[in-house]
Amino acid sequence: MILDDFLTRAVVAGLGVAFAAAPLGCFVVWRRMAYFGEATAHAAVLGIALALALEVSVVAGVLGVSLAMAVAVSSMGERGYGMDTLLGVLAHSALALGLVAVSFQSGVRLDLMAYLFGDILAVSRMDIAVIWGGAALVIALILWRWSALLTTTLSRDLAHASGINPGREKLILTLCLALVVAVAIKVVGALLITALLIIPPAAARPLARSPEAMALIAAFVGSVAVLAGLWISYLYDTPAGPSIVSAAALVFAATHIGAFAARRSS
Amino acid sequence: MSIVSRQRGAIVNLISARNLTVSHGGHTAIEGVDFHISRGEIVTVVGPNGSGKTTLLRALIGAVRPTKGEVKHKDGLRIGYVPQSLSIDPTLPMTVARFLALPRRHGTDHIEQALEQAGAQGLAARPLSALSGGQFQRALLARALLDRPDLLVLDEPTTGLDQPGSAAFYRLIEDIRSSTGCAVLMVSHELHVVMSASDRVVCLNGHVCCHGTPDIVASAPEYRALFGTGTGGALALYRHDHDHNHDHGHNHSHSAPDRDLAQTSQDAK
Repeated sequence: MILDDFLTRAVVAGLGVAFAAAPLGCFVVWRRMAYFGEATAHAAVLGIALALALEVSVVAGVLGVSLAMAVAVSSMGERGYGMDTLLGVLAHSALALGLVAVSFQSGVRLDLMAYLFGDILAVSRMDIAVIWGGAALVIALILWRWSALLTTTLSRDLAHASGINPGREKLILTLCLALVVAVAIKVVGALLITALLIIPPAAARPLARSPEAMALIAAFVGSVAVLAGLWISYLYDTPAGPSIVSAAALVFAATHIGAFAARRSS
Repeated sequence: MSIVSRQRGAIVNLISARNLTVSHGGHTAIEGVDFHISRGEIVTVVGPNGSGKTTLLRALIGAVRPTKGEVKHKDGLRIGYVPQSLSIDPTLPMTVARFLALPRRHGTDHIEQALEQAGAQGLAARPLSALSGGQFQRALLARALLDRPDLLVLDEPTTGLDQPGSAAFYRLIEDIRSSTGCAVLMVSHELHVVMSASDRVVCLNGHVCCHGTPDIVASAPEYRALFGTGTGGALALYRHDHDHNHDHGHNHSHSAPDRDLAQTSQDAK
């Protein structure tokens, strides 16, 4: 069986996350939700601590706490606080609180690194099923609401006038974000999830002329980063999650230098 | 689902609102506003900054829930909305044609036709980020026209356009009204330009100060109390524009100093 090989399992898991993160990441970039993603991802550490304490599955704990954080933050967003400050407070408090809470659990000290930076080389078949299930749900939700999400992203008032409820579309993105955090934590870890959301779409931007193209190119960039990152990790024994993000960053640099050179020469 | 109720039967008003009050966060933006607009009418809402113009517009299209009062839409009313401004993130790649196809797809012919109607022909393949202010406004207008609306709603549509640009834009609106028969509801601060193109003007300052034809509003004491000092020049220009016959040229403004000069030189003799 092909999934018997740990490297194959890692590739399959990584590609699942990359495919879901690409279209969602585009909206995170277009709507300037990077901090929002960060807060949601950092809340995952608190979710892990709770899951261990309550002896429920880690995915369920992460999903619950991340969703709670995302909903809390997005409802605050309606009231015009200083969002970057507020999100900075929430993101880092959730991370710190989560680390403190995890320290009360015996025997998870060693695993902590895995939750913060991912442990893609240790994914099981069950993990793959969870990752692809979550990824498929996120992709289906975004495809289903694509036009409504784009309209809402352009202008809430335009959405209203077209009979779209912007609050509901925002809730769908919030739900997708919590789902991606829950499934990506095993692959890149809580600290680097936002990178996987933002870097591939940002790398795709200079090459894209339409929103759809940007999402597809971002999925391609994400896949290349997963493959290249795992390959580097295999060859040089580097940590897998950070290697994937580094590979994505190299693609980002390449497309932007390429676009800059093209502008100069034209 | 909807926060506005639907009206059936032979009612000519496209939108009517009674005793509309909207407050958010303890601040009352508009209070006790009655409003109606009927088929084919151009109605302009004028008022100083913070007078609740945009809030009224958003309440009328159903984007904000009124605290008190009610808004009624004619059954099956199609609204074409042109927002005040759209800040499109530069990371979002989008051509004019794609923008017009949101949230519903339309045929290429239909899109070309709407662009032409809005005076934006030939822009279909251009990225939104490469448009000038005037072109962008026309693209927004074209998008609003796609669904063949009964009512065009424009919120400060000429923000960022120069005076000839906004005059041309309002002429375009009048042309569209006469070719499609749609009603137009706009909010504006450019009193003199807008008023010449309106059938009715509503002067708003939290409540309706006065309303009626442009002439009635312009001479109403409530209107003068609001705009009299700050925009005396603009108001004078408006009156001037209207009493003014374009064929006779601009002699009066130019000759005045000359005559004064002549007077002075005569006095000197």
